[in-house]
Amino acid sequence: MVDIDGLNSFEIDVLREIGNIGAGNAATALAEMLSKRVNMHVPEVKIVDFKNVPEILGGAEQPVVGIYLSFTGDVEGSALLVIDEVSAHILIDMMMGRRIDLNRQWNDIDLSALQELGNILTSSYLGALASLTNLYIKPSIPCLAIDMAGAILSVPAVEFGMTGDKVLFIETEFIEGSDNVQVYFFLIPDVQSYDVILKALGVTE
Amino acid sequence: MPQILKVGMADLNIAFCPDILTTIGLGSCVGITLYDKVNKIGGLAHIMLPSSKDIKNNSNKAKFADTAIEILLEIMTEKGADKKHIVCKLAGGAQMFALKNGPSSNMLNIGPRNVAAAKSVLEKLKMPIVAEDTGGNFGRTIELYTETGELLVKTIGHGVKII
Repeated sequence: MVDIDGLNSFEIDVLREIGNIGAGNAATALAEMLSKRVNMHVPEVKIVDFKNVPEILGGAEQPVVGIYLSFTGDVEGSALLVIDEVSAHILIDMMMGRRIDLNRQWNDIDLSALQELGNILTSSYLGALASLTNLYIKPSIPCLAIDMAGAILSVPAVEFGMTGDKVLFIETEFIEGSDNVQVYFFLIPDVQSYDVILKALGVTE
Repeated sequence: MPQILKVGMADLNIAFCPDILTTIGLGSCVGITLYDKVNKIGGLAHIMLPSSKDIKNNSNKAKFADTAIEILLEIMTEKGADKKHIVCKLAGGAQMFALKNGPSSNMLNIGPRNVAAAKSVLEKLKMPIVAEDTGGNFGRTIELYTETGELLVKTIGHGVKII
């Protein structure tokens, strides 16, 4: 069994590479959707104590957008994409071709766009994982929630909590013009699937 | 001035009158509060999982309903609380995401299972649950006032209440 507390630097590099390629795919998809040039920073792979995760998103009570899906196939597990509220406002307004207004009330179409955005971004990361590992991964339809960061993040924290006290995630910053948006991608393979992924990548024997 | 003591995820703490215990952003986790109404001693545990017995890596006792409640009660009685005066309240245990199709993940309904586990442990210890605000699909922040034993429950879009 692989314990994320005990991942070595090589294994983290491999995960960072998945983050890199996934974020690259995501940036391309985002650019196509927005018909704009989208840049990104090199993603960061972070492994932190789960009690400290909400602080990264500006505090446990901050509203954030969470897009969650599960996947089956050669590996099983779930994935969560978290976007802070400001970034979500920027992304929706860009998709809708509107002036950016951080106080706008979202309607059903906005929420549906957000869910679709989540679908595309999570598929980008999962696609990178599938192509690097040659594993078959079938994602479910994603599910959207907007709530306190602590509450949203409790979902991956609980799943990681089955094996340890730390959470692994990939933080990516996308840049379009003068606007920066941050997205956080949590990949939560089942305990057995972690082994399968690392084996497929040739990291473990 | 009462102090506000924060309890993190998979953590627990106690407080004396007039201090306030709080935990922020309960999702599927459950906030379990014990309150000795005579000695005005409060305790709060923020648990993530129902049982320490299902999991190998169970060294963090505050993470599980069964072990967290036992430890919290132990610390409170050490500090002068009397079990026969203790009443309990529960908040949290939501299901944040409901996948419409795709494989039903056992982990998605962990909230209701956490609530059920907390209730059964409290029942075994014969400590009465006097109020609860559990379930639903939204997060909660709670504050336990050790002066009155009142529990404030805050949400985003689902109101604020005192139980």
